[in-house]
Amino acid sequence: MIDELEAMLRPPSLDMPPYSPKTILLASGETMVVRQASIDEVDILLEIIDPLKHLHRDFYDIVSVRLYAELLGWKVHRVRNEYCLVGVIDGVLAGIVNGRMFDETYGISYHTLALKRGLRVGAHLFASKMEHHIEYLGQDEVWIVAESPIGHRRWMIEYPLDEKFSIQHELGGAPSWVLTKDTYFKAKPRLVTGSRPVSEELLANSRPIKKPDLSAMLVQIEDTLEARL
Amino acid sequence: MRDVAIIGAGSTQFGRSQWSLLKLMAEASHDALTEASIGDRSVDAVYVANMGSTRNNRQAGIASALVDRMNLFPAAADTIENGPASGASAIKNGYLAVASGMYDLVLVVGGERMREVNNFEATEFVSYLTHRYAEYIYGTTLPALAGMFARLYMERYGVTSEHLAMVAIKNHANGLLNPNAHIRTPVTMDGLLHGPQASMNNPYVAEPLRFFDCCPVSDGAAAVLLIPLDMAGKFSKTPIRIAGIGQATDTHAVHERPDPTVLTAVRLASEKAFSMAGLEPKDMSLAELHDAFTILEIAESEEAGFFPKGEGHKALERGETKIGGTLPINASGGLKAKGHPVGATGVSQIVELVYQLRHEAGERQVKDAKHGFACNFGGFGNNVVATVLSRGEE
Repeated sequence: MIDELEAMLRPPSLDMPPYSPKTILLASGETMVVRQASIDEVDILLEIIDPLKHLHRDFYDIVSVRLYAELLGWKVHRVRNEYCLVGVIDGVLAGIVNGRMFDETYGISYHTLALKRGLRVGAHLFASKMEHHIEYLGQDEVWIVAESPIGHRRWMIEYPLDEKFSIQHELGGAPSWVLTKDTYFKAKPRLVTGSRPVSEELLANSRPIKKPDLSAMLVQIEDTLEARL
Repeated sequence: MRDVAIIGAGSTQFGRSQWSLLKLMAEASHDALTEASIGDRSVDAVYVANMGSTRNNRQAGIASALVDRMNLFPAAADTIENGPASGASAIKNGYLAVASGMYDLVLVVGGERMREVNNFEATEFVSYLTHRYAEYIYGTTLPALAGMFARLYMERYGVTSEHLAMVAIKNHANGLLNPNAHIRTPVTMDGLLHGPQASMNNPYVAEPLRFFDCCPVSDGAAAVLLIPLDMAGKFSKTPIRIAGIGQATDTHAVHERPDPTVLTAVRLASEKAFSMAGLEPKDMSLAELHDAFTILEIAESEEAGFFPKGEGHKALERGETKIGGTLPINASGGLKAKGHPVGATGVSQIVELVYQLRHEAGERQVKDAKHGFACNFGGFGNNVVATVLSRGEE
């Protein structure tokens, strides 16, 4: 039960069809399960993201701070129609993506955070996010901004996305880009991949989410020889 | 001419560094000098291999700057720029200086800090190696040249994408054994080629070359200390002799070669190095080859004389080039996994051979290594330096 005032503070929500989990065999030979995270998993996600908020490397700090706020907002019911997908390898979190439905037609891409680098985990998860918007939520467009040069290369250039500078993405002042259905289906054979269905065993192994080793994660993300010393 | 030995070797980890180029070079130099226990004996000359400090790091005259940084005054100092073959060129110049009797103690350092610029600029910078009017102005990059070379090689000799992936898998596995390697991630054939997600994991960069067929862009430095062989015993328990060095050039524009799949400069440089050493390819315990692209390891293994032309990939298939095989290639991880800070690479190859020939290479040690070969490949094979090293007693 929630009180009347709290009920007024909570946003209304749209029906959101669930994302069908899939597996991705990475270059390393590891199998990553990509699945939708539930709201009761937010606490462990926040715990894992927390130390990255201070990592001044490849914009991990701003992405982590914002992602933290978005997931917290979802948990306490202050963001409308938000969802989160996770990439999990042997139960350990490898990456997170999130976004929300602006309305039935338009989607908003929020953030992509790879915790395991060098194996295109971020690229796989971003593609899964686009798949969710277009194929599962049935939307016409996804609005996207990039906060890092890596993101710009991966999304704007690699798909490629169309400029939509006329709209203001809710993440702020960066120019907005758009993934249309047409762009998505053209890019799909190249960029969107995954095997379905996922076995019950693999899916069960992806829960509960385990924390990566903090030190190894920070070193890998920082990706500098000094970090390894 | 005096025989020349290496009495000290050092290397930073390769990867992405926040250190300045000078700090990287100073760290590697310090390791090489410390290892040799030269006490208060002064270094006579410093040769520094570097390709891009003026453009990428806003630092010219890097050899003079390093002498100052390390307080090596009044050592002579020269910077050697010979593209990706700068490292072995610097060692050759250091060798000549000691062999001639001009200097006794020479420090050779290779270093590059490529990650100071973004990847577009790094690719552009490396593309300066191409022929300005026949290649560069048409947008030809090194991956593009390597892609065309690989296509022709595959058609002619039956090399397949699987063979290229086998090079990557082997060198990534070796890189896991090298604490200085840039890339320390294993890769598998399913993950790279045969699995359902392979095309996304390992997309084409310059068809038929894929992402994991290309070396990373790295920062790093490596250094060696040279001295006349007859003085080396005072400073090192296991001096490593520079037994042979060969260098050769080829046309700048690749299309001007009678057969673009023939790396003439690799063949000639290797022949000269083996001849000077009085050794043959079959005498080598291991080789460090310039695998900026996986296809190059296969092609160089043939041109250097280890395998007949067109049969390098068959030796790879048989496992002969793995650690434990008849000729381990790139036990260090090679450029593919150890990394490729261009000016440092040639020196780093020699550092690996020194560790191996001293039997100090740890988990990646090649058993009973006596002689080692390195091929440092400049441009797209238009300037190649080959080096043969031997354990001191040989």
